[in-house]
Amino acid sequence: MAIDNETVRQIAYLARLGVEEDKLEETQREFNKILAWVEELGEVNTDNVEPLYSPFDEGMVLREDNVVEGKQSKAVLENAPEKEFGYFVVPKVVE
Amino acid sequence: MSEYILESANGDKWELICGLEIHCQIISKSKIFSTASTEFGEDANECVSFVDVAMPGMLPVLNMECARQAVKTGLGLNAKINKYSQFSRKNYFYADLPQGYQITQEKHPIVGEGRVAIDLSDGGSKEIGIERIHIEQDTGKSIHDIDPSRSFIDYNRAGVGLMEIVTKPDFRSPEEAGAFLRKLRSIVRYLGTCDGNMEEGSMRCDASVSIRKVGETGFRPRCEVKNVNSVRFVMQAIESEAKRQLEVYENGGSFEQETRQFDQVSGETKFMRKKEYAHEYRQFPEPDLPPLVLSDEFIETIRKGLVELPDAKKKRYVSELGLTPYDASVICENKEVADFFEEASKGHDAKKVANWLMGDFFAMLNKKDVDIKNSPVSALNLGKLVELISKDVISGKIAKDVFEIMVETGGDPEVIVEEKGLKQVTDTSQIEAIVDEIIANNPQNVESYKAGKNNLLGWFVGQVMKQSQGKANPGVVNKLLKEKLDN
Amino acid sequence: MTNLTELTISESLEKLRNKEISPVELTTAYIEKLEDNKKYNAFVTTTPDIALEQAKESEKRYMNKTNKALDGICLGIKDLFCTKGIKTTACSKIIDNFVPQYESTVTQNLLDDGACFLGKLNLDEFAMGGSNETSYFGPVVNPWSKDTKLVAGGSSGGSAAAVAANMCAGATGTDTGGSIRQPSAFCGVTGVKPTYGRCSRYGVIAFASSLDQAGPICKDVRDCALMLNSMAGFDAKDATSSRRDVPNFESILGQDVKGLKIGIPSEYRPDGLNEEIASYWDKAIEIMKEKGAEIVNISLPHTKYALPCYYVIAPAEASSNLARYDGIRFGNRVNGSNLEELYINTRSEGFGKEVKRRILIGTYVLSAGFYDAYYLKAQKIRRLIKNDFDEAFKKCDVILAPTSPIEAFSIGDKKMLENPINMYLNDVFTVSVNLAGLPAMSLPIGLSKNGLPLGMQFIGRAFDEETIFKAGYQLEQTVKFKRI
Repeated sequence: MAIDNETVRQIAYLARLGVEEDKLEETQREFNKILAWVEELGEVNTDNVEPLYSPFDEGMVLREDNVVEGKQSKAVLENAPEKEFGYFVVPKVVE
Repeated sequence: MSEYILESANGDKWELICGLEIHCQIISKSKIFSTASTEFGEDANECVSFVDVAMPGMLPVLNMECARQAVKTGLGLNAKINKYSQFSRKNYFYADLPQGYQITQEKHPIVGEGRVAIDLSDGGSKEIGIERIHIEQDTGKSIHDIDPSRSFIDYNRAGVGLMEIVTKPDFRSPEEAGAFLRKLRSIVRYLGTCDGNMEEGSMRCDASVSIRKVGETGFRPRCEVKNVNSVRFVMQAIESEAKRQLEVYENGGSFEQETRQFDQVSGETKFMRKKEYAHEYRQFPEPDLPPLVLSDEFIETIRKGLVELPDAKKKRYVSELGLTPYDASVICENKEVADFFEEASKGHDAKKVANWLMGDFFAMLNKKDVDIKNSPVSALNLGKLVELISKDVISGKIAKDVFEIMVETGGDPEVIVEEKGLKQVTDTSQIEAIVDEIIANNPQNVESYKAGKNNLLGWFVGQVMKQSQGKANPGVVNKLLKEKLDN
Repeated sequence: MTNLTELTISESLEKLRNKEISPVELTTAYIEKLEDNKKYNAFVTTTPDIALEQAKESEKRYMNKTNKALDGICLGIKDLFCTKGIKTTACSKIIDNFVPQYESTVTQNLLDDGACFLGKLNLDEFAMGGSNETSYFGPVVNPWSKDTKLVAGGSSGGSAAAVAANMCAGATGTDTGGSIRQPSAFCGVTGVKPTYGRCSRYGVIAFASSLDQAGPICKDVRDCALMLNSMAGFDAKDATSSRRDVPNFESILGQDVKGLKIGIPSEYRPDGLNEEIASYWDKAIEIMKEKGAEIVNISLPHTKYALPCYYVIAPAEASSNLARYDGIRFGNRVNGSNLEELYINTRSEGFGKEVKRRILIGTYVLSAGFYDAYYLKAQKIRRLIKNDFDEAFKKCDVILAPTSPIEAFSIGDKKMLENPINMYLNDVFTVSVNLAGLPAMSLPIGLSKNGLPLGMQFIGRAFDEETIFKAGYQLEQTVKFKRI
């Protein structure tokens, strides 16, 4: 499944990555090369095969409902690029 | 069943097709995937763990209580509990979504299909299908009014557990949707799984609305109205959206699936975004969380601990306590009211207690604008008051006076009656003396009565009651007067 | 006395316990070594003051005999492990200023055992790469380089190089598709990728959550055993952390391998396999045979698909894991006139080329219409790959194979850089293990004709690290690889 420049643009937008117009062609070519390579997977018959999403097989351990963390806004905000009054700050979000 | 039909100008009849998605904040001490508190009203970003703000390397761990609450809710909605469920990531970028994805359940929700009966105003009822309930994390909150050019973000709410309850498209009128929401709210409150406060956002509703000509079997495009925050607004939003769609069709137009917003001021829905521009969520199984496998024991323990739900309660009130279906459903809608009623009626005449509750008691709460938890009259005292009436210790009329005093003082009716000497006189000889006196002192009226002015009996009763300061048992007075005057 | 920094962990511990050396002395020696070997670019942050403080504390414990398992041992930490109060960057520009307010479980375990941290080690940006050339801080230079500068491998290139160059006694690494084993092979050191779930992932910056696993890189097998024992164990903060008991790996060392069935996968010897590597593999087989092991031919029929399978799954998970780097709560922000622009500017400038490439691929394979053909397909093939191992382990106890099809190549190698797939192909012998979640150990087998180290790996059954330690130790004892 070869993809075109427009698809590259859309995918980049979904990932919130900018692809410069003059790099579009190159990115698209590279992308197609990789896709063509992974398309080998199509050779394998996977009828009735259950996907394996994780090798972990011990099931979920549930946590008891206890409050442990909190009251640490200073630490939470420590690395914030912009903060004020205890909030993280971003350019105006238009709803 | 309530018929809700929209009629277009050319006389075509249209029906409404509507389904709801309700996000309920789960009641739990800590968040669904972190150990931060779910408390409200704390300073910004104080109820936040490093997991909630998606710091590098942080991992989710499921809070057992959230799974338990979802199962409990599922059982309360007569739904299938899925012993195997799986979390997934729904990927999109938004300032109040710290991870860049929401952990939710896509293909394998914790609760499957269920059904809920709703009561309609015409006395009928209807079953609404539940499609599924899944659990997921809530987002943070952006605050837009602190600064004109910047938004401020508070992640206190980020990671609070949510149950998303999805119904089947079973609603055919706004009223049904309203009745369902009230019923759902009542059930989750009974169960203690969500506080159900739509105004505060702990229960949020999206309505998916389409219309079709009566007789059509397929579905036409639908619009989703997002985040409506009261039962009334949901009904209003559905109604206005249906009318809007009708207008589009009337004008020969059409539309594609889209997302809309409800404007509380105009009472109308506004365009938000086209479905095709909607987020491409790229959902996939959450690799940080193994599948959730519930044991039979886990589910059965919850089932055994379930409280009696409004439907069962209502049935019991009608069949065992003799309440009218209407009174029973009003009392059962709110668990606190039902609890109050049960405490008040313990050992007393339940039907009379219900009458008092539905009458003077609710009127008093309304007038004072207090909820039942803060009622000045306790359940125990209301029960005693009804008992005093049943045992003819006081009359219904005196009871109203006693009730007034109870409202003012919060006092015990037995004490009030004793102290104020309000006990009803049932001793025939005492009453007879008064009757005789009244008859003796009013020969003219006796004449008139005997001449056929039967309605004078009421006047005689009144005189006797007055003389006894209201304490005479009206039944006895009536009986004695009739005996003496008719002979 | 030999240079202190050339001692293995177990040798150092012996001298520390016998009071022949003190933790401060040892630490000071490493700090000097850090300075001497700056040219390798192995460390991106050094913390000599902290290490010395820790050494002083350690000294007290040796005095009052409360010393712990790794007391006074100087370690380097891959800069993918969050360390409280110490900059942690994943070697990415996007968080090159990030100071975690929490400690990863693995590093906390090491600290609790008395280790001293010399600093943070270079890696491929977000562990995405096989040569350490995608690091925002530049590539690590392989200490075995002669005239031309060679890569140290990746992604744990800094870890492997630092251990090889005696800049630390041991290092933490992470292995998503070979990131512990391949650099260990390139640098002539020993690295263990434990079973998925053996070490907690809490506080380890995620690349691909279902594949990532932390492990040690050390001078020898015994040191890896000591270090892994400290790192491993159940952690309630990681829902994919195993509750199984962690055996004492050191106690297994020296056990003989008589009757041990060693599987040799035919698919790992494709036509055109580097002859030197093939002959070292034969040599390793011979050694094990001589020690009484039984050699069994096995087949892992889906090996061919492991690479494309991996290069669908890992980018898919990465595309989601890296969504949090958005310039809002931490890291670098590149502003824009609105939030959308802020995201795009921040991420476009903050991520390097390889990371962006993988995010794009991952985003694509998860998107509507392609999910089934790529992502779901790959996860099904992953099942088949795991089934292959399950079948193989019915016939054998451990698998022996080369770690990498090549030796260390030059930094800036054209062939690798012009086509990303050429670089990806280097992972051919390592990725299957991650897809199946198995433990594996790479250890040096000898030098190529170019004088560069080559590595062999033992692959074990899930949670049977004991067997790979047992086999690895026996091979090591005979090979007697000469370290730098």
